[in-house]
Amino acid sequence: MRLQSPFQSKLGTAGRALLAIFSAGVLAFLVLPILAIIPLSFNPVPYFTYPLEGFSWRWYNEIFGDSPTARAWQSSILNSVIIAAGATSISVTLGTLAALGLFRASFWGKNLIWAFFMSPLVIPIIVTATGIYYVYSQVGLANSLLGIILAHAVLGVPFVVITVSASLQGFDHTLMRAGLILGASHFRVFRKITLPIIAPGVISGGLFAFVTSWDDIVVVLFLASAEQHTVPRRMWSGLRDQISPTIIAAAALLTLTSIILMLTVNLLRRRSGQLLAKAD
Amino acid sequence: MLSRSVWDTEASAVLPRTAAAVRSWNATGLPPDTVVIALALDLVEASRDKTIGKAARRLNAARPGFRSLIMSTGRSLGGDTIVNDPHPLERLKTIDPRWGDEATWAVIRQAVRPFTTWHFLRALDLSLDSNDEIVRVPAEQAVHLQALGRTVWISGIVTLLCLGIGYPLAFFIAGLTPRQRSLVLMLVLLPFWTSLLVRTAAWLVLLQTNGLVNDFLLWIGVLSEPAALVHNRLGVYLAMVHVLLPMMVLPLVGVMTSVDPTHMKAALSLGASPLRSFLRVYAPQTMPGVVAGTLICFIMSLGYYITPALVGGPKDQMLSYFVAFNVNMTLDWSLAAALSLILIVCVAVLLGLAAYILKRNAQPMGLAP
Repeated sequence: MRLQSPFQSKLGTAGRALLAIFSAGVLAFLVLPILAIIPLSFNPVPYFTYPLEGFSWRWYNEIFGDSPTARAWQSSILNSVIIAAGATSISVTLGTLAALGLFRASFWGKNLIWAFFMSPLVIPIIVTATGIYYVYSQVGLANSLLGIILAHAVLGVPFVVITVSASLQGFDHTLMRAGLILGASHFRVFRKITLPIIAPGVISGGLFAFVTSWDDIVVVLFLASAEQHTVPRRMWSGLRDQISPTIIAAAALLTLTSIILMLTVNLLRRRSGQLLAKAD
Repeated sequence: MLSRSVWDTEASAVLPRTAAAVRSWNATGLPPDTVVIALALDLVEASRDKTIGKAARRLNAARPGFRSLIMSTGRSLGGDTIVNDPHPLERLKTIDPRWGDEATWAVIRQAVRPFTTWHFLRALDLSLDSNDEIVRVPAEQAVHLQALGRTVWISGIVTLLCLGIGYPLAFFIAGLTPRQRSLVLMLVLLPFWTSLLVRTAAWLVLLQTNGLVNDFLLWIGVLSEPAALVHNRLGVYLAMVHVLLPMMVLPLVGVMTSVDPTHMKAALSLGASPLRSFLRVYAPQTMPGVVAGTLICFIMSLGYYITPALVGGPKDQMLSYFVAFNVNMTLDWSLAAALSLILIVCVAVLLGLAAYILKRNAQPMGLAP
């Protein structure tokens, strides 16, 4: 066979090896910068160089300790959690309802409404942020936790709509009809049939919405006064002048959070894949 | 907010009489006395109500130096005696000789119109002269076109780098067994899930003058002294490619895993060289992924603000920076709105293009000859 001619297969092996080396390099470029700074957060001295001069929790103490700056960090962590939790619950509720409505209905302008829900994804964040700031400062929502929660909810909705719509793709309408015929109320049908089926989509959409809020800096930059500073907002101030190892400690904590979230989403996706496979 | 780019009542709200009076002025040369008196009355009233600062700021944006002209004229015009003055314009000229200048009145005339294209002209580094003709602003003030060009340029380079690096990587990942693939995809997804600020912080730490990268390059002898790797364009490219690469790789892997491997085998066994079969059989089938990844990368880079702001220098700021600057620093909402609209139009044009390409390619796809 010509395919197995020595020249071609040799080229193939060399090519494959080159490709593998190149890919390994790119993967290292993607992952190493993030991982390389984590050990630095345990360095007892405020320098960003290897080898480390020992091991200490000093910089974590600057976040969780009892000093005034530590208390400021703690209040930002609290703000971040409140905002992300609030925004996520609003996005999940609105996004799920929107996806269900768009899935069941077929009417003129459906695509337009879909585009409307997706718009926060494609419109540059700075435009969304300044627009929200302009409107909120006129109705008194700027510089309040509620304002930031609402703004983040807007950013999170498209993710929920997408993931819930995706999980509805394999959804069999007759299941709902069967439930209704057997005498269940609409709410009961939703709770017992629809919700369990779309649950993986709802949860992974919720996680996306959570991460969007948790990571956001641009909206917070405009809408938050010092009282509402979140963790990314504090890091932003820190990164603009001399970087302190405390920032790196905070970064390490955030990375840990994102790894956990990523693994959760991965697990969910695998489970919903198994569910679909079972349904088939 | 975007309506602020064409609807601007900052000056006319403070100077209502002037706004009404200019409507009956045929807009050449020096204004009739009715306009002069209207302006004078407005200025006196605005000076008394302390609203004059708003109009002064708006006019100052149109022509530097107008803040003081407006403020001092407002202060000096005591009472309403000017109404009875037979030569109101002469009276104004004694306060400030600039009132005898046709250009001064042109600025006033253009500013009190509530509906205006002036902010768009400004966003494109253009302006209106005293005859309402569109003219270029002096080169030292022309920052926006440059920023727009730079935004498109940086986005283009970053997208090309992502494609150049992402395509082979995706090719590699698509060739793995499903188990290996999901493991490697986790490595690609890690930066995707990591906070943008964390990644930017990482690059700042790694690339600073005595950071890890410089240390390493010194140690292996590539450099003899630390190089400036951050707060310049190189840092922006590195950090942005790092952020956007997963966006390119994921759609590519999706498309590549669905390419039927027998197609390549068929091409090879029919006598095509590996390069030829790749170019004629494999590459066309991955085009939807290439288009999707390229557009996602390009659109996302257009709106970048945080990364260039932190790792870039003053000459690496993109259009988003100017939107934020005008909102935060100069409080020039109208200009910020005009710049925002330009950004949105760029994105919308690209999305339309994407929809067109994907629709046109939808049919022949998979039937590659």
